Amino acid sequence: MNALTFERVPAAADAASAVAGRPRAMFLAGGTTLVDLMKIDVLTPDTVVSVRRLGMSGIDVSDDAIAIGATVTNSQLAWHPVVRDRCPVLAEAILSGATTQIRNMATVAGNMLQRTRCPYFRDVHASCNRREPGSGCDALDGFNRGHAVLGVSEHCIATHPSDMCVALAVLDADVHTLRPNGTTRSIPFRDFHLAPGDTPQIEVTLEHGELITHIVIPHLPAARRSHYLKVRDRASYEFALSSAAVVLDLERDTIRAARLGLGGIATTPWRATEAERSLTGRKASDATFRDAAEIALTGAVAREHNHFKIELAKRTIVRAFATARDANV
Amino acid sequence: MRITLRVNNTAHELSVDSRLTLLDALRDVLDLTGTKKGCDQGACGACTVVIDGQRVLSCLTLAAACDGQQVVTIEGLATGDELHPMQAAFLHCDGFQCGYCTPGQILSAICAVQEVHAGVPSHVTRDVRQTVSAATLTDEEIRERMSGNLCRCAAYPNIVAAVRQVLSSEVRS
Repeated sequence: MNALTFERVPAAADAASAVAGRPRAMFLAGGTTLVDLMKIDVLTPDTVVSVRRLGMSGIDVSDDAIAIGATVTNSQLAWHPVVRDRCPVLAEAILSGATTQIRNMATVAGNMLQRTRCPYFRDVHASCNRREPGSGCDALDGFNRGHAVLGVSEHCIATHPSDMCVALAVLDADVHTLRPNGTTRSIPFRDFHLAPGDTPQIEVTLEHGELITHIVIPHLPAARRSHYLKVRDRASYEFALSSAAVVLDLERDTIRAARLGLGGIATTPWRATEAERSLTGRKASDATFRDAAEIALTGAVAREHNHFKIELAKRTIVRAFATARDANV
Repeated sequence: MRITLRVNNTAHELSVDSRLTLLDALRDVLDLTGTKKGCDQGACGACTVVIDGQRVLSCLTLAAACDGQQVVTIEGLATGDELHPMQAAFLHCDGFQCGYCTPGQILSAICAVQEVHAGVPSHVTRDVRQTVSAATLTDEEIRERMSGNLCRCAAYPNIVAAVRQVLSSEVRS
């Protein structure tokens, strides 16, 4: 690990300006991504500015929304009784990821900013456009069993690794930030992560030094009937091969509205809006869900080793919706 | 930089390199070698310690970030010659072979039991709205809650038995 300065600041605004003033400075929260990647020289900040004790670790519940501080831990959020009651999909998504030790450290904002698990991104001797723009992508013709089939480009096929973000995508969260110039803004979650395109190194809409302060999840009564299904190689402590976050609004056996998010198969936390629209007004049968799954995976592009993910994702979608439909809520 | 590390109720004033992990601070600076370095990249759980009541990985925690926090390591569990109930349960159930993962397993298990008593769900809890209870907790739940601690000797059945023993004795008392 290269030499670095560890900096504590009194307030969020100081953190934003401290990072903005130095091109190689980064925010440090739980450290589960940053310290890991610093150890293998994938990230080489010369300064880390600690943001964990800046008063951003509360969860505020109102009738209209849940506001979640940027440094609320993943455990704190998943274990919150109102989160579990109003949006089980979010609690389930978080609890399906990593382990208790890591969830106790990892923060909400850190989870949104976590980096891909692509082995070529994590190996400084490999070619990776995300880590070193213009160097090429060893995953395209390499071992790409775990890679994405949606949102890919000829420059990058790395998956976004988060479970939590797939749930936040279907819950239409808003991301609130503080910019180095002191202004604040709110970014719809679906605009926050960027598909790789020609610039895979640019992963989110934030400018350098812009600090996430909190996120807001608007109250969605239908989310009481929601579910996160994760399919992976091990029973626990493994990233998704395929996952689905679903919300079902039912009138008896007819779908009033549905929401569908996909993980493990896309370069960003994926929202399948066309598939959602196709479900409106239809009978909540497995056949209906299969039709939606076909729409959700239209345009999927597989490489040598990850073709199985297209069918796996469709089955994941059908089972997630069926589980939500059959749940007692 | 100068920090105060509070480990097992003793405050240590230290001058540390900003890059130093809590794991290396414990082992190489404070000579508390009970905390083990396994993978050193957040995968195995051997380095698990408790900070302000929460189990965390000391290999992914910078020592500088722990300034002023309360750290508990395996050395802080026994009272004189009297073992912590979880230490005793690991001995009684033979919950280890080589012992390298054991300090992390024990600290993790103590927190897992506290989390069960707090009623919080895990990934395998049927309904996350449920409040789980020690009396009805399945072995599948114990395995999931302990999944962040790998044991290359595969002493898992006896580790589950040790956790079960502590959960049961606390329910009885």
